[in-house]
Amino acid sequence: MTVADLTSGSSLSSARQWRPELGLGHRSRAREARNLLARVVMWTAFLIALIPLAWILWTVITRGIGLVLEPVWWNNSQRGITSRMVGGGAAHAIQGTLLMALVTAVMAVPVGVMTAIYLVEYGRGRLAKTVSFMVDILTGIPSIVAALFIYAVWVTTFGLQRVGFAVCLALVMLMIPVIVRSTEEMLKLVPNELREASYALGVPKWKTIAKVVLPTAFSGIVTGILLGLARIMGETAPLLILGPYTANLATNLFGGFMATLPTMINTNRVESLQPAIDRTWASAFTLILVILLLNLAGRLVARTSKVRN
Amino acid sequence: MAKRIDVKDLNVFYGSFKAIEDVSMTVEPRSVTAFIGPSGCGKSTLLRTLNRMHEVIPGGRVEGSVRLDDADIYGSDVDPVAVRRTVGMVFQRPNPFPTMSIGDNVAAGLRLNGMKDKKILAEKIEASLRSANLWNEVKDRLSKPGAGLSGGQQQRLCIARAIAVAPQVLLMDEPCSALDPISTLAIEDLIGELKSTYTIVIVTHNMQQAARVSDRTGFFNLAATGKPGRLIEMDDTQKMFSNPTERTTEDYISGRFG
Ligand SMILES: Nc1ncnc2c1ncn2[C@@H]1O[C@H](COP(=O)(O)OP(=O)(O)O)[C@@H](O)[C@H]1O
Ligand SMILES: [Mg+2]
Repeated sequence: MTVADLTSGSSLSSARQWRPELGLGHRSRAREARNLLARVVMWTAFLIALIPLAWILWTVITRGIGLVLEPVWWNNSQRGITSRMVGGGAAHAIQGTLLMALVTAVMAVPVGVMTAIYLVEYGRGRLAKTVSFMVDILTGIPSIVAALFIYAVWVTTFGLQRVGFAVCLALVMLMIPVIVRSTEEMLKLVPNELREASYALGVPKWKTIAKVVLPTAFSGIVTGILLGLARIMGETAPLLILGPYTANLATNLFGGFMATLPTMINTNRVESLQPAIDRTWASAFTLILVILLLNLAGRLVARTSKVRN
Repeated sequence: MAKRIDVKDLNVFYGSFKAIEDVSMTVEPRSVTAFIGPSGCGKSTLLRTLNRMHEVIPGGRVEGSVRLDDADIYGSDVDPVAVRRTVGMVFQRPNPFPTMSIGDNVAAGLRLNGMKDKKILAEKIEASLRSANLWNEVKDRLSKPGAGLSGGQQQRLCIARAIAVAPQVLLMDEPCSALDPISTLAIEDLIGELKSTYTIVIVTHNMQQAARVSDRTGFFNLAATGKPGRLIEMDDTQKMFSNPTERTTEDYISGRFG
């Protein structure tokens, strides 16, 4: 930039503000007013966006917190409790939700991360384009369609029972594209210079990916996995179609019913008696809490691992 | 252990675009050779063909031969990964691995190539950092991240990392262009010391730098944008800067273009 540029006003909004004889120029009332206006608009928009969030949280917490604070809520199932009875807990549903999320993640994370590595680090030409297109299609699949697809394969074609594992399969379909896309973004954020630095040391490509690229992107990938998990833990359609609710504790993903928080909410929701209504809010609050805690835990893991290398 | 580089009839392509045409040159061992020339004339491209980094870029292709002493690095049975262990590289922007500590950065090349012995690694880390004139500044914080160093220190860390794998040749692509004058001076001093051990090729935008650090200088130019770059003239640095043979070299060095 030259003096000529400055004095001709090309880099200032108006020549009026440039008063060399005053050294630094005037405070501009017009600019301050515009600044204030922009600030007010921004804050208003922010608050408006915040209203629904605060409202939901307030409603769920105030109505749900009573039951959630009782130890029995975390330790007991709903075994033997009818809708007109107070008592019992959500342990069966929490356990089912976590178990299904875990099994889903075990299947979806390796596939998703490997696919992203292929697309970013290796993929060229037709095959890569096709894979990427498939992921786009998967992203667009509504959860109920994924659930019906698994139903058609699992129940109609193979004649199997509706069980937890079938839910997991549907959730895998929903989770894979989330993980592929988020991992892809994170891998693309790793500067190419780091890969080149590694190649220039005589490190083969696969080792560069394993020891330089993935560690650099690690915390981002973990965050993406957590967002994927958060998404599938609140997913309801596959549960309604493939994973019937039960009031009892269950750990068998291949036989019998298994409770989850969304189906527990849904089961209690249709009741009109106060104990069931309370349980609805409490299980909704619990679901939010569980997802929140998982997020926090994951962030902690990501942070410590980054420092450790 | 330094090696001579013989480049013969080299053409370098990006897909169908020919970036460099018909370059032949010899780089003597234990000397510093500088590449100068206007932007886009292919200095970086040529440098990257000397350790087969060019082919990492999709579409990157090379014709002709590059010999290290008597071995053609583009021979059909040569593993590019092995070439890069022999010919190290330092980049324009310091690029330490952000997930690794200072010590781990230096040891990265050895460790990623399978070296596990802690004692040898520690020795190599110290020796390389000493060679890079960085040991005294970082010896008390080897386990801290490399990103916490200044730009000049980071670049010396990258040089230490490159020499830790015991290369024969060291390529540097404008290693000082992102650094302040003091750090630049430190790196130039370092280059002067390293040339007793390595063959060094340095690309630089800075003519004074080429004059200060190099024994021989190659001047590159292109006829027009979109045309391939060529080696116009290569000679002893003193001669190049006092009495070049070619008219364009003189014009470039005296600042008439570029
Ligand atoms: N990755 C690339 N893909 C295609 N063309 C490239 C690439 N890198 C450099 N080039 C082209 O090759 C020519 C030489 O570039 P480069 O070697 O970077 O020049 P220099 O280092 O001398 O400034 C330029 O015309 C540049 O546009
Ligand atoms: Mg360059």
